[in-house]
Amino acid sequence: MKINVEQVARLARLGLSEEEKALFAVQLSAILDFADNLKKMDTEALFPASHAIPVKNVFREDKVIPCENTDDILANAPEEEKHMFKVPRILE
Amino acid sequence: MHNQTCHELHSLLTNKKISSLELTEAVFNRIEKVEDKVKAFVTLTKEEALHQAKAADERIKNNQNITPLTGIPIAIKDNLCTRGILTTCSSKILANYIPPYDATAVTKIKTAGAVIIGKTNLDEFAMGSSTENSGFHPTHNPWNIETVPGGSSGGSAAAVAANEVILATGSDTGGSIRQPASFCGVVGLKPTYGRVSRYGLVAFASSLDQIGPLTKDVTDSAIMLNVLSGHDPKDSTSIDFPVPDYRKCLIDDVKKVKIGIIKDLLKEGVDPEIKKAIKDAADKLANLGAEMIEVSLPSFEYAVATYYLIAPAEASSNLARYDGVKFGNRIKGAKDLLSMYYETRRNGFGPEVKRRIMLGTYALSAGYYDAYYLKALKVRTLIQQDFEKAFGRCDVLISPTAPTVAFKIGEKVSDPLSMYLSDIATIPVNLAGLPAISIPCGFSRGLPMGLQIMGRAFAEEIILRVAFTYEQNTEWHKKSAFV
Repeated sequence: MKINVEQVARLARLGLSEEEKALFAVQLSAILDFADNLKKMDTEALFPASHAIPVKNVFREDKVIPCENTDDILANAPEEEKHMFKVPRILE
Repeated sequence: MHNQTCHELHSLLTNKKISSLELTEAVFNRIEKVEDKVKAFVTLTKEEALHQAKAADERIKNNQNITPLTGIPIAIKDNLCTRGILTTCSSKILANYIPPYDATAVTKIKTAGAVIIGKTNLDEFAMGSSTENSGFHPTHNPWNIETVPGGSSGGSAAAVAANEVILATGSDTGGSIRQPASFCGVVGLKPTYGRVSRYGLVAFASSLDQIGPLTKDVTDSAIMLNVLSGHDPKDSTSIDFPVPDYRKCLIDDVKKVKIGIIKDLLKEGVDPEIKKAIKDAADKLANLGAEMIEVSLPSFEYAVATYYLIAPAEASSNLARYDGVKFGNRIKGAKDLLSMYYETRRNGFGPEVKRRIMLGTYALSAGYYDAYYLKALKVRTLIQQDFEKAFGRCDVLISPTAPTVAFKIGEKVSDPLSMYLSDIATIPVNLAGLPAISIPCGFSRGLPMGLQIMGRAFAEEIILRVAFTYEQNTEWHKKSAFV
């Protein structure tokens, strides 16, 4: 088997059922076998293209600007309290 | 009315032969009639649409700010944020998400005075080639409802083909505008990367995603590109490059235009009837005076493998934000933070999204990064170089848009790799950031076939000109779907 499904799922913070683990082990191995075709190519002299076009960093002034729709933003919060996002306890 | 194009309806509207309200009602009547069979939409916004139609009629009456889109019903793919209107990406994890802002493309469409009638179905987070990966329901091809409409913009393509709307937006990461356009017999254009702002387009693979139009003909495509194009400070990858009037390049003339036929995309695996249709289209263009050149881009053989490492890698990073904290659904009763993440994502994502997150996480993980992700980025350079060489000899390149016509619903769902291979002809263009259009070029067993025309970066004008010339000299785009 090419891929340790449980380990990768843990890295991705992705819960999987037992059936999904078994299915993905087979399917992802097939996809990776296909991807291994790339190994046939000599790419030693090539530069990796993370973009299709030349991109550069675009900076703006680090300035506080008002955010007017905080109510609309918080309306999407799964849990909200006192105008803040509420999350499970992260410290014991 | 509903079966006419935007430019035809524009003259009827401005000559006061019809009102936008009548047109919008006609469109909703059509939806009522066929939507049960097609299922192109996730959300319909009739009340708001009728309101916008009345506002458009006011603009026309007062002869104020009339644009070619004023009063024209349009559908928005449901991965483009619409303020105050559900934007689900056809994912259960975003089933209740109401964006606090509009995507720049949506702002431009609203400013032009178009009437937004609803949000269209897609493969969850635009990951798929059939719209069967929607977390809600599959969409059906209006030419034969037992077949898929293609994907991921299958809802938009099907809605336009079924005359449920006049225009639609799509997004294209590996063919998601062009392949459904081909399957549904409509025109789909993926602009150059950076031509259209991605602000408010829910990110799938940020170095590949681009927004574009799905329309009934090439003229409407140019009209919509005029509206969508332009630099946006809110998208640092959008490019500050002059926007021409794309309607001006709609010239019925391809004399002396150098057109390359990509022989690597006419090999085995391509339906013989599609091969024939592309050869016929090439003959047609030659008869109209184009200079035809056979070209080979050998690296295309590796494009699908390259794409299915790069796109999932970017997706695994982009989709990390769906963690149940700030928006989207959160699983109830998780005992701690980690199990909230695991269970929220297990419950919220469908199988294809999970597969791609897994694949991308693996390709980026320590020990595999160089062998998979970095390798793919280098092959991407090679694909870009092959394009450069071909464009040294040709003005545009042509190929089939897809190797087959629309396949049966269910046919490929259990075999992801065979689904991925249906993107073979569309993927190279995204990897190189180039523009390409798919236009109807015939029918096989009653299902539409698509001709893809590709150009250099920012050469949308020549693509549109070749597409327009082909369209003016053929009748394919005039046929209507059965539904």
